[in-house]
Amino acid sequence: MTGPLFRAVAVGRAFPDGTRALQDTSFGMADGEIVSLLGPSGCGKSTLLRIVAGLDDATEGRIDWPDGGPGSGDTGFVFQDPTLMPWASARENVYLPFRIRGVSRDDARIAIDDALSLVGLDDFADHLPGRLSGGMRMRVSVARALATRPKLLLMDEPFAALDEITRHRLNDDLLRIQSERRCTILFVTHSVSESVYLSHRVCVMTERPGRIAADIPTGLPWPRQPDMRTSAEFAAICRRVSAALTGAAAA
Amino acid sequence: MTDSRTGWIPPTVIFAGILAGWEMLVRIFEVPPYVLPGPLLIGETFGKDSALLFSSLAVTLRITLTALFFAALGGALLAFVMSWSRWLERSLMPYAIVAQVTPIVAVAPLIILWLDGDAALVLCAWIVAFFPVLANTMAGLKSADPNLNALFRLYGAKRWQVQAWLEAPCALPYFLAGLKISGGLSLIGAVVAEFVAGTGGAATGLAYRILEAGYRLQIPRLFAALVLLSAAGIAIHAVIGWASRRLMARFGMEAP
Repeated sequence: MTGPLFRAVAVGRAFPDGTRALQDTSFGMADGEIVSLLGPSGCGKSTLLRIVAGLDDATEGRIDWPDGGPGSGDTGFVFQDPTLMPWASARENVYLPFRIRGVSRDDARIAIDDALSLVGLDDFADHLPGRLSGGMRMRVSVARALATRPKLLLMDEPFAALDEITRHRLNDDLLRIQSERRCTILFVTHSVSESVYLSHRVCVMTERPGRIAADIPTGLPWPRQPDMRTSAEFAAICRRVSAALTGAAAA
Repeated sequence: MTDSRTGWIPPTVIFAGILAGWEMLVRIFEVPPYVLPGPLLIGETFGKDSALLFSSLAVTLRITLTALFFAALGGALLAFVMSWSRWLERSLMPYAIVAQVTPIVAVAPLIILWLDGDAALVLCAWIVAFFPVLANTMAGLKSADPNLNALFRLYGAKRWQVQAWLEAPCALPYFLAGLKISGGLSLIGAVVAEFVAGTGGAATGLAYRILEAGYRLQIPRLFAALVLLSAAGIAIHAVIGWASRRLMARFGMEAP
């Protein structure tokens, strides 16, 4: 972990109808760090993620990028749904960020194959999304986000719709990929155990208007081992995070 | 019984039953052929007049298909143009709606007065046919997943890239559904225009044959022409449906 990648300073987001999704939210991320935003549905965590991505504008505060803002392909985004183009094969979907930047298929080929193989889909490159399982579609989505070798990967409850077995497997794959690629990951979830397992730090958010109520370092050893999920230390951190979540809801 | 191999049997049996009943009623009550000809007489007339009828069908089909081609092209292009800005949509849409809601029978005499021959008929049929393609394509262009749209923005896509790689493929199923409706409408438009134009001579369409047969009380021929017209409509519908399914399957999408 080196210098800060970005810092959100007193970020707020009000909608034209007066509802406030987000209020006075400040937090930063170091390069190579994995941070989870944890909170109840509708607490503005997705809004915060979209503001960091530049897909939404803060109405108050700002995001500081010490090394200048990210360019095209510097940020990868994974939505809750796979968000794939159903008419395009897995390979064509992963090609999209390159295509937009005017990179030819040949020049992008290695990056695409790398990304697909990173998520274990080498043999499914030419399949249409409709012929893949839910977990595999999510893998395509992750591959697309990773293909441009982004510095920052933003994930909006990416595995929430998957069954637990698939989710655990994808969590482990994500950590393996992160250790290979050394990217920074901001991960939105409403699962306490997922946030603890995946992250260096868990930022617990209050209910709408959301704000960061607690910033809890998980302090568990790396690399994570699947059996860690049943360990006492893991349970202790989960309890602490849960307590913070309950406290945030009561506040 | 719903198996595709045997699924055609029940409708065929019912159809044959209707024809047999029709023929029987005509014979029992001795209905004169200039009021209601029986199916056998219609079939016989169809055979006798087939050269005339098919050459008329060719004329009507030429007008219908030309109108349909331009309806598909014009409807889709107009939808794209309108999707460029709210301003364009607001300025152009009223005219499309006026063209759609004004009964074509009322406008056809003017168009026939202004334009010559086929051009007038094609324009009439086009006016009737282009709206479903336009309306459906417009809806389709707006149907893209907002998150996919966000993704395009994240990667800095230009407007034309979003349109070509996201909105156009999303609009395809809608466009095809509109085309299916337009296929039937362009035939109706062509028939209405022929009725109004009432052109005589050798190269006349099926609608005029129906009109003419009516005047001359050649009712069996009128029925034969009517059957051919319906068959043409069904064929257009079937061909568009088949082509749509093929196209959609190629793009891995469900047919509408």
